[in-house]
Amino acid sequence: MKKNLNHALFTALITFIVSFPLLGLNLVPSGTFLTIDPADAGQFVYIFGAVILVFVFQLFRDQIMATLGHIPRPTLPETMHLSNLPQEKRSRFENWFTLTIVAFALVWPFLVSRGSIDLATLVLIYVMLGLGLNIVVGLAGLLDLGYVAFYAVGAYSYALLSEYLGMSFWLALPIGGLMAALFGFILGFPVLRLRGDYLAIVTLGFGEIIRILLNNLTELTGGPNGIGGIPKPTLFGMEFGRRVKEEGNTLFHDVFGIAYDSSYKVIFLYILALLLVLFTIFVIRRLVRMPVGRAWEALREDEIACRSLGLNRTAIKLSAFTIGAAFAGFAGCFFAARQGFISPESFTFIESAIILAIVVLGGMGSQMGVILAAIAMTVLPELAREFQEYRMLMFGLMMVLMMIWRPQGLLPAKRPHLELSDVK
Amino acid sequence: MLEALLYFVQQMLNGLTIGSTYALIAIGYTMVYGIIGMINFAHGEIYMIGTYISFVVIAGLTMLGIEYIPILLLCALVVAMIVSSSFGWAIERTAYRPLRGANRLIPLISAIGMSIFLQNYVVLAQGARDVAIPPLITGGWSFGTSNFEMTLSYMQAIIFIVTFICMYALSQFIAKSRMGRACRAVAEDLKMASLLGINTNRVISATFVIGAALAAVAGLLLGLYYGVANPHIGFIAGLKAFTAAVLGGIGSIPGAMLGGLILGVTESFTAGYFSSEYKDVVSFSLLVLILLFKPTGLLGKPDVEKI
Repeated sequence: MKKNLNHALFTALITFIVSFPLLGLNLVPSGTFLTIDPADAGQFVYIFGAVILVFVFQLFRDQIMATLGHIPRPTLPETMHLSNLPQEKRSRFENWFTLTIVAFALVWPFLVSRGSIDLATLVLIYVMLGLGLNIVVGLAGLLDLGYVAFYAVGAYSYALLSEYLGMSFWLALPIGGLMAALFGFILGFPVLRLRGDYLAIVTLGFGEIIRILLNNLTELTGGPNGIGGIPKPTLFGMEFGRRVKEEGNTLFHDVFGIAYDSSYKVIFLYILALLLVLFTIFVIRRLVRMPVGRAWEALREDEIACRSLGLNRTAIKLSAFTIGAAFAGFAGCFFAARQGFISPESFTFIESAIILAIVVLGGMGSQMGVILAAIAMTVLPELAREFQEYRMLMFGLMMVLMMIWRPQGLLPAKRPHLELSDVK
Repeated sequence: MLEALLYFVQQMLNGLTIGSTYALIAIGYTMVYGIIGMINFAHGEIYMIGTYISFVVIAGLTMLGIEYIPILLLCALVVAMIVSSSFGWAIERTAYRPLRGANRLIPLISAIGMSIFLQNYVVLAQGARDVAIPPLITGGWSFGTSNFEMTLSYMQAIIFIVTFICMYALSQFIAKSRMGRACRAVAEDLKMASLLGINTNRVISATFVIGAALAAVAGLLLGLYYGVANPHIGFIAGLKAFTAAVLGGIGSIPGAMLGGLILGVTESFTAGYFSSEYKDVVSFSLLVLILLFKPTGLLGKPDVEKI
């Protein structure tokens, strides 16, 4: 008890030190001087409340933990114990399940408001980014903290190509992906020989370099002002605006003889994003089953074993890096087309952190998990609009708590594996 | 000719000033990495909090009518170090200790979350705008001709002196004290050290606290040098300091000092001779180059792969 008391006093003191000077004393500029304005009484009540709470909790920690120990920890339901079903039945079930989801996702936008479709499109962009980064981090086990750089490369590729060469979205989409892949290749070539943590910091630095370059190459990229007026994608030459913007194009509502409605454009963008996501999922699912995909996972598990089996680790890592970057490029292209305006503001480190959080939260290497996590990470902050100013605070806190509560992610990837059965 | 030389020396001095503060922050990264092999992403935020706390103390004491500068500096230094160390301790306790032994990526994500949390905590508590502090220490020594005058400001001199004292104290602490010896032992082999009866959890806490205290010193010094702070300065400073730590060889304390100085000088020369917009680009490129040709950093120990 005495030990607990000491500890409780200490933690309470720390809580006070951590909260009081920052929360209680506000710096206010007055003229050329800096003065201090004590916070209002309510703030102090909170501070002392927190101190007392921490003190009481630490004092009775053993008792509280003993009581809490009886309450089961929240667990997620195992996904209907699919693994118990026989192989054939399971794959049939999975196919039906996927089809239903896709059909629902296709019908859904016609039933809900514009705002929700917009949000869903954003979710799909993050799903794509998450799936792309999942190749690098989840499958190949390479920690990339500058993934947003490839996203930026894709976005700026389309913006610049359409501004200077008048290229359409459909032509720019593969080029954007290729450009991002090229950047991934160029960056990956020298750095992939490095150990994991060095790789993390070099990619982080690379992300910053790209952002700084975009900010400073003012003649080309418009600097901090960004590039505006990026044309929206067309459907076989049909535009979704009210009037034709480009020579030779027709209008969607004219062709079909229906009245103009601005929601067509939103739905079209949503479906386009959905198709891109489906394409991504399809390609990655195939890749994972190909030798190169197997090699990624093998390399993540044991690098030395892989090398002794004759796998070329640089080539394998490079392929993961390049392919991951290409998907970011596609996502960036689509992002530029959807926004119509891009600036370096959209490609800060926090984006990389969010994408990485999606991958880890979803369960590294698991596609379904990444999709779920992307939905959670995008929709939850949107729902918590009233707490706008606390949004990022909660986001940071959630990342920490999730890692403590469920470090393996929401839906950890299940790989086919053999286990010795328990002898009973 | 003389002007060119003076200009060169001036850039050198500016670079060493910034570099020595980078070195102070880098030590926090390198010590934590050396012991638990984790990038403490929230370390930059601790530096930022150090700046804020020292501003609060200086503003508060000035309001109380105390204007004697050494007292102001000393109080700001002590309080900032105490508060930052508390943050360092609390962060380790809440965000990293529960994750000890997990996959390498997990504490990193938690650290990124912590960094975002702390940044927004300060935004909510103190506002997102810049706070500027009136220059406390002005003047300096000037040399040179009528065309170009080189100055070593008193503030720069203070930065050199304080950094030197901190570095000396730290190396003495690591070399001589009981805790310092424990730190070295844990960095060498955590499991073995704990088998030999070293309380590794305490050593890890101590590492975070020492790193945070040094970051607070850097926060005070850079805060006064630049005269402004905002809640977002921690990220880029942390990135630079981490670059410095990697440059010097992560895990090595002299390496962090060397890396910080090299980084600072590189930046200052880029800004002075080329363009200040690209100084970050050049320093990150330097990092990539060094890692390519010497992957363990300048003073790092080569990593032997054991099978």
